[in-house]
Amino acid sequence: MENEAGALSRVAGLFSARGYNIESLSVAPTEDPTLSRMTLVTSGSDEVIEQVTKQLNKLIEVVKVIDLIDGNHIERELMLVKVKAVGDDRDEIKRLADIFRGCIIDVTDKSYTIELTGTSSKLDAFLDAIDNSAVLETVRTGASGIGRGDWVLKV
Amino acid sequence: MNEELTGAEITIRCLQAEGVDCIFGYPGGAVLFIYDELFKQDKVRHILVRHEQAAVHAADGYARSSNKVGVALVTSGPGVTNAVTGIATAYMDSIPLVVISGQVPTNAIGLDAFQEVDTVGITRPCVKHNFLVNDISELAITMKKAFYIAATGRPGPVLVDIPKDVTQQKMAFTYPEKVSMRSYNPVIRGNLKQVKKAVELILSAKRPVIYTGGGVILSDAAKQLTELAKMLDYPCTNTLMGLGGFPATDRQFIGMLGMHGTYEANMAMQYCDVLIAIGARFDDRVIGNPKHFSNENRKIIHIDIDPSSISKRVKVDIPIVGNVPDVLKELIKLLKSTKENPDQTALSEWWKQIDLWRERDCLKFDRQSDIIKPQMVVEKLYEVTKGDAFVTSDVGQHQMWAAQFYKFDKPRRWINSGGLGTMGFGMPAAMGVQLANPKGKVACITGEASIQMCIQELSTCKQYKLPLKIVNLNNRYMGMVRQWQEFFHGNRYAESYMNALPDFIKLAESYGHVGMRIERPEDIEDALREAFKLKDQLVFLDFITDQTENVFPMVPGGKGLSEMILV
Repeated sequence: MENEAGALSRVAGLFSARGYNIESLSVAPTEDPTLSRMTLVTSGSDEVIEQVTKQLNKLIEVVKVIDLIDGNHIERELMLVKVKAVGDDRDEIKRLADIFRGCIIDVTDKSYTIELTGTSSKLDAFLDAIDNSAVLETVRTGASGIGRGDWVLKV
Repeated sequence: MNEELTGAEITIRCLQAEGVDCIFGYPGGAVLFIYDELFKQDKVRHILVRHEQAAVHAADGYARSSNKVGVALVTSGPGVTNAVTGIATAYMDSIPLVVISGQVPTNAIGLDAFQEVDTVGITRPCVKHNFLVNDISELAITMKKAFYIAATGRPGPVLVDIPKDVTQQKMAFTYPEKVSMRSYNPVIRGNLKQVKKAVELILSAKRPVIYTGGGVILSDAAKQLTELAKMLDYPCTNTLMGLGGFPATDRQFIGMLGMHGTYEANMAMQYCDVLIAIGARFDDRVIGNPKHFSNENRKIIHIDIDPSSISKRVKVDIPIVGNVPDVLKELIKLLKSTKENPDQTALSEWWKQIDLWRERDCLKFDRQSDIIKPQMVVEKLYEVTKGDAFVTSDVGQHQMWAAQFYKFDKPRRWINSGGLGTMGFGMPAAMGVQLANPKGKVACITGEASIQMCIQELSTCKQYKLPLKIVNLNNRYMGMVRQWQEFFHGNRYAESYMNALPDFIKLAESYGHVGMRIERPEDIEDALREAFKLKDQLVFLDFITDQTENVFPMVPGGKGLSEMILV
């Protein structure tokens, strides 16, 4: 979409006005600074998704809409999670972070901050794997997606 | 180098360049520089309304009756919030408008300044698009885009919010001749493959119906529609917004469909085997319960410029996205070149069935009544104006009777708020219609409840000598509310009685207009004739009508089209 003030709120407003659900939304400018790219995760029946797509296309500032689910695609989400890490748990959490290919990016004597990238379900799996009471804080970006292979989304 | 102009001058020059001859507005602090420039020129006429809602409705009526973009000018804050009802009304009916609003100076935005409101935020859900002009260098191109977006594709209102300091700044002015936007390219031609498929299906129909809506009016496709229907001899029904798209006096016209549509139109709609939907959107007031509608098997062709209208409430078989007249031309061309014809035996059987439904005479009412029946007033209005008036309406029972009993043979003659259902629309819209058609006869069919929602515009009509004929169907009730309370709420008429009504005659006279009260059926026609003889006068005709009259047929909410309550 056009990288203009207000474009994001048009999309968000459309979803709330029509009762569609936003599971996650991430947006930033692209290599062409006049354009922003948004990845939006939503759910609904085929009819609802068809309407979502059409309604998004109708927004004047939206240049192109594709449904990544229609083809092979890759999606990644970034999560920063601060966990309690004392005593024996310190090793256990480190091991778990390694298994999920996470990095510990900040350390105190009581906590680790772990950076983790992957599909949303991988991040969920990591949170399931560690003791819920150990989780102090999480922050997630929402998914970003891109098509597989040589095909590119260009305007 | 072009001469440097202020933002206010540029705004006016843009209007002039767009050929705007008339705008509707109300001044205020944030638009004073723009008003100053209006004052210094005489190409763009400004009509001063008495409330911003009326400015937008008037611009809307102007647009609907002329196919030009309507323009309104309002100040920041309350000016804008008052305008919102008008903007939402235009949005729901896809009317091309450009609304220019003043805004507090850029350095005051966000500081809760006097008369500041987040205009772009407040209007976002009810405009086709809106702009905040932060810099004078953006002003001319934004105005160009606004007119372009408003009038092309599926039309709609576009708002341009201009901060006061931008109207003061100076800059060299050139109005762009063209505008192209990578993110906005409305389709025009329909997909030829789809059109071919549609032709096959149309020719295979045994029980066809052509169902058309406001899209036919907005895109000026009445001529093509009539040609298509005539060459096929298929029955045609119009939605409330589509009346006048096909001549109502034609034998092939089976009336309006929907909640208060005719028996024959609703039955034909429910039991057809091929439905040709043109510039219509299957909304809840038109097809009733979509589940009930889809109980019957039929194939649907849907022609519309807006892809999001297709398969929104009802799944269609052959969608054609394109500009209606262009698609219809293509369709007619293909139909002419094909050797095949529709099955005439099946078609004449279908017409027989439709005529049987017609015999049900679903719009009958008591013509012998001693009390004025509202239907009679509309019928007489039709006779007296020879079907040639522009008719606006407010919202409620009177609106339905107007739609049922005034036979519109031409497009852009019937002007009402269909989508949003805005009471108070009728009189200001009629002002816009009269200004766009100075020689036209303009009647506003209204009720004593609706008319009071914008009654202040009697003053505007006085100032500009707008000779509207206000046909007030006065039953001392919010009639449609009363009807629903009678049918669905055990006759408990909660707050729907119009107590403490003004003396409309004296009220009209106090503005220098003519007022008439009509209480007997035998006086209806003479009163109307006399009113239209007063060519230069607004006449307020207060018809005292039967309080208990209801609108029939009626498809109750949630019911199917064939489940009508009949007289």
